[in-house]
Amino acid sequence: MSMLQVSNASKSFGGVLANRDISIEVPEGKIIGLIGPNGSGKTTLFNSIVGYHPLDSGSVRFQGSEISKMIVPQIARLGLLRTFQQTRIYGKMTCVQNMQISIPHRNTNIGHMFAKLPPEVMEKADHLLDFVGLFSKRKLLAGDLSFGQQKLLEFAMALMNDPKLLLLDEPTAGINPTLINGLIDRLKRANADFGITLLVIEHNMRVIMNLAEHIYCLAHGELLAEGNPESVQNDQRVIDAYLGAH
Amino acid sequence: MTRNRKYVFYGLIFVLALAAPFLAPDYQTQLAFLWLMILFALTWDIMGGQMGYNSFGNVVFFGIGMYTTAVTQRNLYFEVEQYVSVSGLVDAVTPSQYVTGMFLGMGAGAILAVFIAFILGIGILGLRGHYFAICTLGLTIAAGETAGGIDYIGGGSGMVAPVFPLALGEKGIFFYYVLMTLAVMTFVVFQRLYSSQFGLAINAIRDDEDKAEAMGLHTTRYKAVAWCASAFFLGAAGGATGNLVGFIDPLDVAFAGSTFGVWMVLMAILGGKGTMWGPVIGAAVFHITQELFWTYLFGWQRVALGALIVIIVVFFPKGIMGFLHHHWPQLFGQTVDEASSSEREGKA
Ligand SMILES: Nc1ncnc2c1ncn2[C@@H]1O[C@H](COP(=O)(O)OP(=O)(O)O)[C@@H](O)[C@H]1O
Ligand SMILES: [Mg+2]
Repeated sequence: MSMLQVSNASKSFGGVLANRDISIEVPEGKIIGLIGPNGSGKTTLFNSIVGYHPLDSGSVRFQGSEISKMIVPQIARLGLLRTFQQTRIYGKMTCVQNMQISIPHRNTNIGHMFAKLPPEVMEKADHLLDFVGLFSKRKLLAGDLSFGQQKLLEFAMALMNDPKLLLLDEPTAGINPTLINGLIDRLKRANADFGITLLVIEHNMRVIMNLAEHIYCLAHGELLAEGNPESVQNDQRVIDAYLGAH
Repeated sequence: MTRNRKYVFYGLIFVLALAAPFLAPDYQTQLAFLWLMILFALTWDIMGGQMGYNSFGNVVFFGIGMYTTAVTQRNLYFEVEQYVSVSGLVDAVTPSQYVTGMFLGMGAGAILAVFIAFILGIGILGLRGHYFAICTLGLTIAAGETAGGIDYIGGGSGMVAPVFPLALGEKGIFFYYVLMTLAVMTFVVFQRLYSSQFGLAINAIRDDEDKAEAMGLHTTRYKAVAWCASAFFLGAAGGATGNLVGFIDPLDVAFAGSTFGVWMVLMAILGGKGTMWGPVIGAAVFHITQELFWTYLFGWQRVALGALIVIIVVFFPKGIMGFLHHHWPQLFGQTVDEASSSEREGKA
């Protein structure tokens, strides 16, 4: 079954055509990659999917229903979540508090708003902080963490939200290279153990080859190629796009 | 602080607060105003400190409560025309009429203030940062001018509250306890709110509202609740203050943006915004300092106040609480995880 289906999506900013007629599909349970040189329109596509800005044309279907007219928090509550390329956490709150407020808000009613958080939330927060290796930092202010640690925290916050589909925007950017393998492993476990479907934007070719089963490549706002990792890696157009961009 | 010591601490403050008007009988009215200042700082802080929405419009709810109470008291016991023209009738209320009218009015004022906060909130809580601040400033100015133009509430010359009946005892003591009750209620209710999901949510909105939306939070709901909670207590306090002052001027007392409206912000910042005790401490320090200026620097009190504002902003940007936290972190219940903090030092 298809978790996410983007059909003929186009988006321009003034004169810049950031996305043109893009169609991608993310089947349930899979890890799908989205690659392309800087400025090729990957983040724009994410923003369109999660309702951050309206599409000029095209459609976005999540679990079969059209979501392209919905607003950001509504889409998030359906279980379609994204992380940010620049990393966004709540800097003046502790790591634990960052986790606590990241619980799913699907069924939040007025009563929940004023209730204290149940102990299960606390346990789950600790468990997930441990999962990303931040347990010892849990009482520190999130803003005091290093950039890489903040990225890990943002990932843990996303897991706390129990999403069905998680869009990750360059999860390894800025992370210490020695920690990247550990992160790839955690992404795979989030997929396999927690059953979260992943759509991952990645700049690092080695990472995405290791991670994704199917890859889409954008260039200049258009879908350039798609296929399994080997075929995309060896696609002459993809090689040219990457070489041309640097 | 351990739990027990905390209760002893709260208990001591409470007993001292109850006894204060008898310990300092000459300062009852000033002490009553101290509670009002604490309420001001707390109700501003829920927006500006905890949620990051700097409001210069909170004084609107105070003015609404003040007028609503005065109108309620007038309409319950007088013909409108009589009341405006025959000042002799003003003191014709019995003690029970006075108290009934005032508390009914405060309740009505609080409810009307919440209602208006909700309507205004739908309109402007979508604005971010400076846009919100400027818009709320506009609200305060508009509210004062509008009230000054409505004859039903006395227009530009304002309204008088019924005269305080002698049978109720000392006016200062009476209003001291009324305002103390309101301020303590505000503190207790806010403390309860901050310890729930609501508290985390408004902090998240303060730190990164886009992130909060992307995580599915009902940001609009939380923002509206914060503003309505603020409006509720300000509305009730406005009703009591109108009766304490006795004369309701639209610009100088009810919608006093350049005094009360600015002081609320300063007191919260001085004490430490976004903390539970910061606004309380800030209000106490600010109010006492200001009273001293009036007493000892008369003629220069405005200049001294201006200098104080500059000192607050320059030397205490994080407030007294921030200053204390920074210098004596252990004393203020700040939880430093031993293992992780030493690890961090090792790394740095
Ligand atoms: N909000 C925006 N306003 C104007 N131009 C934008 C905006 N967002 C993205 N762009 C432009 O769209 C193009 C694609 O950007 P982006 O999607 O961020 O690329 P990528 O994530 O692949 O590096 C770039 O030329 C960028 O300058
Ligand atoms: Mg990008």
